[in-house]
Parts: sequence; C-alpha cells; structure tokens
Amino acid sequence: MIIDHPLLGPRDSAEFTYMGDARLIERPSPDSPDAAAAFYDYAYLRDNPAGWHRELWFHEAGDRSWLVVTRNTVTHEISKVEFASDVARAKGRSK
Amino acid sequence: MHDLIPIPALGVATQTIGTITIAENAGVALASVAARRGRADICADVLTSILGAVPDVGKAVLHDPEAGFWMAAGQWMIGAPMDTHEDLADQLKAKLGDAASVTEQSGGWVVFDITGAAMPDMCEILCNAPIRRMAAGDVQRTMIHQLGCFVIRRAADDHIRILGPRASAGSLHHALITAATAVA
Repeated sequence: MIIDHPLLGPRDSAEFTYMGDARLIERPSPDSPDAAAAFYDYAYLRDNPAGWHRELWFHEAGDRSWLVVTRNTVTHEISKVEFASDVARAKGRSK
Repeated sequence: MHDLIPIPALGVATQTIGTITIAENAGVALASVAARRGRADICADVLTSILGAVPDVGKAVLHDPEAGFWMAAGQWMIGAPMDTHEDLADQLKAKLGDAASVTEQSGGWVVFDITGAAMPDMCEILCNAPIRRMAAGDVQRTMIHQLGCFVIRRAADDHIRILGPRASAGSLHHALITAATAVA
C-alpha cells in the first residue's frame, strides 16, 4: 500500500504506523455535563466500516507527521491524505 | 584538567570492501532547528543568512561551513565541522533567539560516509530510498536495519552520508558491512 504524503509524495505504508480512527481528533470536552458518557463513546466505541474510513497514520520513519488518510477498508484504495493538524484546525482547534 | 580525548560513537577503522569504503565520520557537529509557531519567517531569514538558502522539502543545502537539511515541516538539521563548531547549538540559538527551538544533536547521531562505485547497489539492499533517482542534495529519512536513519546524497555521485541513532551505531555499522559484503 502506498500513501501519498502531502509533502513527500508517494511513500511505502511500511514507513507509517496506524494510529486509529480519525475521530480520535474530536476529543470531547471534560467540562460538559455528559462528559462521562461522551468519554465512554470516545474511548471504547468504534465503527468498523467495510468501505470508506478516515484513519490516523503517523509517518514514523519519515517526517513524523500525523496524517488523516481516507482509505477504503475493502479495496485499500486511498482517496485523500491530509495533515491531521490541518484537519484539527479546520474544526476550530488551536493545535 | 585531564587531557581528555573525544570518543567517537564507535571508533571503528575505515573499511574498504570491494569498491565500497565505509567510514565513520566523527567530525560533524549537529543541531536541530524547529521554527516556533508564527515565527517561521524570522527563522527562514536566519537560516538563509547561515546557509544561503532554506532547505526545501526532502533537500539539503550543502554549504560550508554550515550545511543543513529538511527534516519535517518547519524543522531542519544543521551540521558543521566539529573542530570549529562544537558549540553549534549555542551558536544557532544566539542567532535564532525566540524564533526557533534549537537542540544539540551531536550526541544523538552517528555519521557514516559511504563511497564507491557499488554504493547504489549497496544502498538498494539497505533501504527503500530511490538512490538512483536521487540527485546531489536529496535527503530521505528511511529505515535501515529497523533503525530510522537519514540518507543524504552528497555532491559526489558515489557518496552517501547516513545519519543513524548513535546508541545503535554498532548495529547500523554491522548492517552496512553486511550489505557491502553482499554486493562486493
């Protein structure tokens, strides 16, 4: 599998480490009234789609960037690769 | 004061196997520069004044006495001769101030220079860097022998410099010798 890194171009997936569902970026607020339930969802519940999935990948043997990779879990086709920092900032996060 | 002799990471003698020469280079001082948020412009100006240019993605600026290469977005590794720049990190920090975080890296890396006609053959069995497509000044971080290393294609066509983790210098040297022997 080849991941098309936004800066470095196509790189072998062996250089990357899979770090889980990209929804991990959306950490719930610990101050909200339903924080306990929200954190239960955040920590333990995952979708397991047969099809398109947004995933976090860490370029461990490269520039150490975190990426959000949109990958089809059935065909391993990758349709989109973004920096996780850009995705988080687009959601209003400062870092 | 004791009359202390600096100790390299390995201290192994230069070896020539077939056409390939593998030499540990203890003469490189290293420091990393990471631009702080919002200060990238200042950082770029200072790096340009030191190196002549800011190393682009996947590239090195081979400049004397200081040279540098791109490590990640907003991060660069700067190298210079140990004899004159042993305090490279302090020198860079004095110039960069609050624009960047500077970390001494000489104690973190071992540097090997590999030269010889069969260098590309050796490199191909060591790592997945596309060595024959790399031009002078191209840099790639890659895995060699399960170790994260930088492979720098130097000015001479048959010369690569490999930076690997200093604590695993022995393992990396073993991998280099094995690969050189395989293609000799």
